[in-house]
Amino acid sequence: MHDGASPTPALRIEAVSRRFGGLVAVDGVSLEMAPNQVLGLIGPNGSGKTTMINLISGALKPSGGTIRLYGADVTGAGATVIARLGVARTFQIVRMLPSLTVLENVAAGGVFGHRRFWGAELHARTYDVLRRVGLDRAADSPVEALTYIDQKRVELARALIADPKLLLLDEWLAGLNHTELTTGIALIEALRREGRTIVVVEHVMGAIRALCDRCVVMMGGSKIAEGTPSEVLAHPEVIRAYLGDAHA
Amino acid sequence: MLEVRDLSVSYGRHRAVESVSASVGANEIVVMLGANGAGKSTLLRAIGGLTPPHAGTVTMNGADITRRAAHEIVAAGIALIPEDRGIFADLTVHENLRLAAYLPRARAQEARNLDRVLALFPQLAERRRQTVRTMSGGERQMVAIGRALMSAPSILMLDEPSLGLSPLLCSELFRSLVQIRETGVGILLVEQNARQSLAIADRGYLLDNGRIVGADSAQALASDAKVQRAYLGGV
Repeated sequence: MHDGASPTPALRIEAVSRRFGGLVAVDGVSLEMAPNQVLGLIGPNGSGKTTMINLISGALKPSGGTIRLYGADVTGAGATVIARLGVARTFQIVRMLPSLTVLENVAAGGVFGHRRFWGAELHARTYDVLRRVGLDRAADSPVEALTYIDQKRVELARALIADPKLLLLDEWLAGLNHTELTTGIALIEALRREGRTIVVVEHVMGAIRALCDRCVVMMGGSKIAEGTPSEVLAHPEVIRAYLGDAHA
Repeated sequence: MLEVRDLSVSYGRHRAVESVSASVGANEIVVMLGANGAGKSTLLRAIGGLTPPHAGTVTMNGADITRRAAHEIVAAGIALIPEDRGIFADLTVHENLRLAAYLPRARAQEARNLDRVLALFPQLAERRRQTVRTMSGGERQMVAIGRALMSAPSILMLDEPSLGLSPLLCSELFRSLVQIRETGVGILLVEQNARQSLAIADRGYLLDNGRIVGADSAQALASDAKVQRAYLGGV
């Protein structure tokens, strides 16, 4: 559909919807991302952001609309197929394999991506990504013994080990203090410099401003605004429904 | 009212909380600031009877409640809202709220406390019959706070209540904590959102590597250069 001059979008979503019984969680949302972009997906709690991440990653199938990854129609494809195409995600509510160590939790992610790793290479890569998220010294700890924030670091390491082209981060920066936030933002910036395309769902507006090329604002399942961070954060409806007067 | 003296908690050989002394009175909001891993959640869990301390004492109105079981701590008037909120996702809002009023004291005031909770969070009244699993993060946090209040506590402890809330809901949450303080409840608040929590708090402590390294009025902490650098930076 695009002229030969512009590159194939990394992600192209057209009029996607998802219903849960009578509830329309996502209602006809369209968006497009060029490769190597960082897109912020923001909006009030319950506006459909996590459902969007679930639709893109194949955890949920859309009730309508189409999803294309690097030009290929993946509408309705399952999570394993999507992961093999180079998509990885983190979860807002951490999902650990509780009886395994940090190393084992992360290594498990290395065998499901678009590149698959085994043996010595898997081991080396696991240490690599653990070092990047600052967890190499905890490699042999049972994952259950980690704090919530460190479990979120495990989530990111597990996503990174698959060397994803498209990375979906669902509130990965939530709960970090100022210093940790600065480190976290620098890490996401470094991931983009490696050529990755990244979707961030966040409520931390400082991070949204620092990281995102563009933002899509959702409310009640629909897209209500789209643009650069400064454009959408100045949008009257976004201020009223999402930011509140204190941020106006 | 709540008094912690020289409290230490270890996980194996790792000392998570080291000789911490702190207090919370009626009608005050006390905030505990510190990096992730500083021992804030462990301190709340030790007070709440979920992780036994190995030294020190916890007293409530002068009575020693150190190492009591969690349900006895609740009976003593201390309610904890953990970081994962710990609500029953398969039950409705109303069922979650009613369950918390299981103590005789709380059962006797159930109707009044329910009115208070629904006045504080009117959205919960509209959604009384909704299963919590289908609710958003912000609504779940309201259920968690509402449920804690149904136990008729004198002290409310909250572990990172603003986690995952939109900026607007975050402001509403902090406003509701001020309203709860006005009813005479003392609040011990663990938060990464230092700016907004210091704005509503009366006093604060700084926790670093399990130790209290600072204690002052919220106003003094908010204007302290070291606190500003570590907790109130630009982002």
